[in-house]
Amino acid sequence: MSDTKRDLRNFIVETFLFGQDTGLADDTSFLEQGIVDSTGVLELVSHLERAYGIKVKDEELTPDNLDSINALAGFIAGKRS
Amino acid sequence: MGSSVLTPGHHAALVRDFLEQSADRLPDKIALVCDGRRLTYREVDRLADRVAQALIDFGVVRGDRVALFLPNSVEAVAGIFGILKAGATFVVVNPTTKRDKLLYILTNCRATALIADARTDLTGLVDGAERPVPNLRGCILCGASPAPANPAVRCLNFRQVVEEFPATRPARTNIDLDLACLIYTSGTTGDPKGVMSDHGNVVFAAGSIIEYLGNVGSDVVINVLPLSFDYGLYQLLMTFKFGGTLVLERSFAYPAAILKRIEQERVTGFPGVPTLYALLLPMDLSAFDLSSLRYLTNTAAALPVSHIEALRKKFPQVTMFSMYGLTETKRTLYLPPAELDRRPGSVGRPIPGTEAWLEDDSGRRLRPGETGELVVRGRHVMRGYWEAPEMTAKRYRTDPVTGDRLCYTNDLFRTDADGFFYFVSRKDDIIKSRGEKVAPKEVEGVIHGIASVREVAVIGVADPVLGQAIKAFVVTADSSLTEKAVLAHCRAHLEDYLVPKVIEFRSELPKTPTGKIKKTDLT
Repeated sequence: MSDTKRDLRNFIVETFLFGQDTGLADDTSFLEQGIVDSTGVLELVSHLERAYGIKVKDEELTPDNLDSINALAGFIAGKRS
Repeated sequence: MGSSVLTPGHHAALVRDFLEQSADRLPDKIALVCDGRRLTYREVDRLADRVAQALIDFGVVRGDRVALFLPNSVEAVAGIFGILKAGATFVVVNPTTKRDKLLYILTNCRATALIADARTDLTGLVDGAERPVPNLRGCILCGASPAPANPAVRCLNFRQVVEEFPATRPARTNIDLDLACLIYTSGTTGDPKGVMSDHGNVVFAAGSIIEYLGNVGSDVVINVLPLSFDYGLYQLLMTFKFGGTLVLERSFAYPAAILKRIEQERVTGFPGVPTLYALLLPMDLSAFDLSSLRYLTNTAAALPVSHIEALRKKFPQVTMFSMYGLTETKRTLYLPPAELDRRPGSVGRPIPGTEAWLEDDSGRRLRPGETGELVVRGRHVMRGYWEAPEMTAKRYRTDPVTGDRLCYTNDLFRTDADGFFYFVSRKDDIIKSRGEKVAPKEVEGVIHGIASVREVAVIGVADPVLGQAIKAFVVTADSSLTEKAVLAHCRAHLEDYLVPKVIEFRSELPKTPTGKIKKTDLT
């Protein structure tokens, strides 16, 4: 689980924050902090599908599943179990 | 000396009347669903009164500019109407704006107060001796945060405003020629410029758009566009004017959450832009009950005809409005939905109560079929750019006979025999290749015909043989799509001189803050 979080953090920082990890907490809302927009969410989803071998359904594109590192880790764990 | 204000009558004369008349008429109706809260018209009105009283206490007076730097939120809505109630002009700044540009806007409009998210970095702005915005007298901070240290201007938390200031409706001080708002346009080049809207402009434009959309009090409109963008802002203004309910969301980043909200709130109106529809189209919507939707609108850029057709298949019960406008006149054209089958590529006719025509460079009015610049006349033609007389003179000209202020849009259109308008290109977008004039939109439309293509931008690049060569940037959902396949498709559908020389695949295209493709960043 913590490995997943570390990998997710790396991806978010590299892809959306240009490598600058400035105070990104595990529960930071990507939306509220302006970290992702619509295109960003699509990029995030294709990363999840590639890196974790899961399939994200259209109706799963919600902040509950995707809007923080914690949410993502929980979502991936749920999909794998 | 002095001015005499109109009493609020049946027709709203000032923008604050949109809220106040609905609050008087429908005090207990839900006006706003936002941030997990449901507020009635009376509650929003009282909240805005308190903001106004705080601003007046700061020393804000009629005609001052007050800026908002907030995401879509209850505070932003209360702030906009609070500023108007204080007699001031509101300036909504996109919440993703970086510090340099925020400072530019605050200084340019000489803001006397700022309503901002508490997480905004205000270092040097409200503390210290430097005072980069010298006119700033007060600041309202929204959300939890410690008060700035050593504030040189007064800072209040939004909660204090709610607790300490009375919900007393301030006296009316404006006439309808006073400025209601400055809307800073993103501008693909140079510094942003503030388009000045007076109260009459906003009241007229909102009324005209409400008329053709057929909005009624039972409409529930969802807005995912930023309030700094006039298209997003007018969803708020119009909904309050006709006494409907506004569902205000921060963005469309999580489409399923928005679709769920449409289902829960029984939303009837959905305003979108092409990039947003491009996200929606490939989605499986069967998990959502979207049967409450009555209409979709599109503006900001033209929707490819193939996307219009796909949307109509996806939402068979929904009326689709294709529209065109620029901040300088708010909305300019709309296509009556009954015409969509016959003229899917058209953005229609002038909005109710206005006039538009095409001129060539010598000022001659053009006949159907000819291509020329769109000129607009009506009460929605805005007042010009804030303290930029040269730019204003370029865009706004006075009719020598009638003295009307006309807007020269810098956009090229043609009309059909029935007077419907078709967008051709920005005046400075036209590519000259092999001596032929190429409208990028025509090429973009053809490439959009490839099902997996999500976005396209066509530009001209210098070429020793052709003068300019056509280059297309393509965003596709299908990684197996090749340059060869795109070119073959273009050859099958376009004259030779319109076929691009180069295709470049990109994962996304650069955008302005309002979501328009920023072609100046493509080479």
